[in-house]
Amino acid sequence: MPTDFTLNGKPASFDGDPETPLLWVLRDHLGLTGTKYGCGIAQCGACTVHLEGKNRRSCVTPVGMVAGKKVTTIEGVEGAEAKAVQKAWVAIDVPQCGFCQSGQVMSAIGLLKAKKKPSDTDIDNAMAGNLCRCATYVRIRQAIHDAAAMVEG
Amino acid sequence: MNAITPTRRGLLKSTGLVLGVALPAAGRAARALPDAPFAPNAFVRVSPDNLVTIIIKHVEMGQGPATGLATIVADEMDADWSQVRVEFSPANDALYKNLYFGTMGTGGSSAIANSWEQMRGAGASARAMLAEAGAKRWGVAVGEVKVARGVVSHGDNKASFGELAGEAALLKPPEKPVLKTPDQFTLIGRDTPKIDSVAKSTGAAQFTMDVRRPGMVYSAILHPPLFGGKVGKVDVSAAMAVNGVLGVKPIPQGVAVYARDTWAAMQGRAALRVEWDLSKAEKRSTEELYAQFAEKTEEPGVQVEASGDAKAAFKGAAGKLEAVYCFPYLAHAPMETLDAVIEMQGDEVHVWMGSQFQVGEMGAIAAVLGVKPDKVVLHEQYAGGSFGRRVSPGMEFGVEAASVFKAWGGKVPVKHVWTRENDLMGGFYRPLVVHTVRGGLDGNGEIISWDHVVAAQSAFKGTPMEFMGIQKGIDGSITEGAAESSYRFPNHYVGQHIMEGGVPTLWWRSVGNTHTAYAMETFLDQMLERGKKDPVEGRLALMHDERMKAVLRKAAEIAKWGSKPPEGRARGVAAHFSFGTYVAQVAEVSKGPDGLPKVHKIWCAVDCGVAVNPNIIRAQMEGGIGYGLGHALYGEIVLGEGGIVQQSNFDTYRSLRIGEMPEVEVAIIESGAHPRGVGEPGLPPVAPAVANAWRNLTGKVVRRLPFSVGGRV
Repeated sequence: MPTDFTLNGKPASFDGDPETPLLWVLRDHLGLTGTKYGCGIAQCGACTVHLEGKNRRSCVTPVGMVAGKKVTTIEGVEGAEAKAVQKAWVAIDVPQCGFCQSGQVMSAIGLLKAKKKPSDTDIDNAMAGNLCRCATYVRIRQAIHDAAAMVEG
Repeated sequence: MNAITPTRRGLLKSTGLVLGVALPAAGRAARALPDAPFAPNAFVRVSPDNLVTIIIKHVEMGQGPATGLATIVADEMDADWSQVRVEFSPANDALYKNLYFGTMGTGGSSAIANSWEQMRGAGASARAMLAEAGAKRWGVAVGEVKVARGVVSHGDNKASFGELAGEAALLKPPEKPVLKTPDQFTLIGRDTPKIDSVAKSTGAAQFTMDVRRPGMVYSAILHPPLFGGKVGKVDVSAAMAVNGVLGVKPIPQGVAVYARDTWAAMQGRAALRVEWDLSKAEKRSTEELYAQFAEKTEEPGVQVEASGDAKAAFKGAAGKLEAVYCFPYLAHAPMETLDAVIEMQGDEVHVWMGSQFQVGEMGAIAAVLGVKPDKVVLHEQYAGGSFGRRVSPGMEFGVEAASVFKAWGGKVPVKHVWTRENDLMGGFYRPLVVHTVRGGLDGNGEIISWDHVVAAQSAFKGTPMEFMGIQKGIDGSITEGAAESSYRFPNHYVGQHIMEGGVPTLWWRSVGNTHTAYAMETFLDQMLERGKKDPVEGRLALMHDERMKAVLRKAAEIAKWGSKPPEGRARGVAAHFSFGTYVAQVAEVSKGPDGLPKVHKIWCAVDCGVAVNPNIIRAQMEGGIGYGLGHALYGEIVLGEGGIVQQSNFDTYRSLRIGEMPEVEVAIIESGAHPRGVGEPGLPPVAPAVANAWRNLTGKVVRRLPFSVGGRV
């Protein structure tokens, strides 16, 4: 039986093993490659998506678990927080290699949705699961603060 | 928002076109068609829709050459930055070789350094031809024509680059284009926005792992559990039972699993039952290797550098210090694991990857597939990090991907992707290294002898590049930074032993400097303390290069060296020259709850010659510091009992996380010197600066890395 869910606001379906991680359904079957593979064991955060608006590691999320639910990926993310985060990211040139940045951006948006004005400690806690081997962390922190200020207006 | 995104579709379509219309060796402009692009040389194309496309000959793996090289061309050309796009070049040494290497390649922090004059000439040439086209159109002298921000003008006459493209294409490129004087630069020296930030902040940037081809199958591979192991008997039944698995093929590198998607390939890989032939495999553990290497460093080895008599001076010294340093194997672990997509199109092999040795690697793929090298077409992709991992003298990954493709018949497109376990357990590590250092002081606390022996494997040994990398028994990359250091000692010896080992090793961000800077700068710090010298003043007195001294003074100045650090904190300093660039750093640390250094701030001064893009230089210093610090604190690949790698994923190969990243303040020395690299030189000073601060704070001397093993208090 296919797994039906809402992906970036539109109906989506996967006809295969419901144990297949959402990450590979998105990338290999639905053609949304903005969400990345980095470790496969929820240690790096490159695969972060939003499930019902909350941060979720898609590499350890069986697609069967999202049946009937709303999934948002970097390709479909929208709203004031998303706009602010991506604008802040570009303004100070956060990305280096860029491979982890979809996950960083998704986690940052999730953080700002949950907390309007995060402290450094809030950022450390919320972003601890997102590795960046290029170590763009100084700018990630700055961009989150900048985005929070933008959302506040 | 000033959104600048490279046209990915253009990139995929275009690589042949560039070659077709732009042959600078012929010294002739492209044939003129009404809407033909103006392609005066192999690096610039102006299309009638007023886009300026700049061809990038280096791999973009985060270090910034796509922006940096485009900046240099666009500045000399007087293009407007908003009209600039980039494409990665095809694999072609005649047009796109690294001028330092003689073949295409990105490494040694050389992308800007080797291309500086070349890119300036390419831009200046295009500018001259566009100016001439304007002059001809308006019937005025070319000297009276102005070019600025993508517009050619004379009085009231104005034309965009795009409007003049067709006419400029009819002209001959100047023999010797006139370059700007530095005061005329409009983009160089400024924080020109990075050309890939939008694509990389929106998920739109395409990496090799994102490439999809019609009918493509997905492959995963299981490697032998020990280095030097070989495939024996394979039981494929469990793997074949995995839904979506299409087949299993043993190849020389391991056992490949082919499937309908990546997940099925990975599941099939996990289900493989293989009897390995481990008779010739490397079975020594890290501990055994350390002991054997350390013993070797008691012998002088091959002399790399010597002055006076270090041994005799040490014998008679009033004060003595001896140290053995142990550095573990380190994995590069780029966020994007190694990957490639290969497809046959007619008699051509098309390859999508982020190769760092484009021509060499395509040649290796051609050899595996039995085609001529000119039948392999590379579609160079953004690389999701590398740190040295996407470049190896034996082109082993390209060879493996081609072997996987060939074993499946060579007709169906194959995407070959490594798991993180393949990556961390797959070798090609920063070598395991042991240093033994002996230093002597006279009665006044002056350093009179420095005797330094290094034992390590060579990344060149046994590869096609051995003849280049090892000369007269010396692999310079093992002792670089200890030899030809920033300091002068009256009696000085540097020797090296090239050790045999079955673990494949490789260059890793800043190569030998990863360990030589640590040994030099921590040992020197202790020697200066024994000689009752200030760490900054003491170093300055031993330095012989004014640029190095200026960088150290600058780092000390911005860190307010000599002022009292906040309660519970201490500072340490280190300086190191690598890849033509001078860097000094001051670290401020306290004791973290885990008994490891909590690094609060790094002050960093850098002199890399002309600062093409200060923002990227700062970013590379931040990145080098973060990468260096993470590995200094936590990084090690350990060979356990019997030689089995103990780390397999990011749960066991601990990476720096955001809360552990210090604040970083960077000062760039203003310089008119030829620009040099910044991808690597930010890394070497950070670990010794932190170690020196840690010793000042706790008294703990750390000689075995990482700190989590040798530095906990």
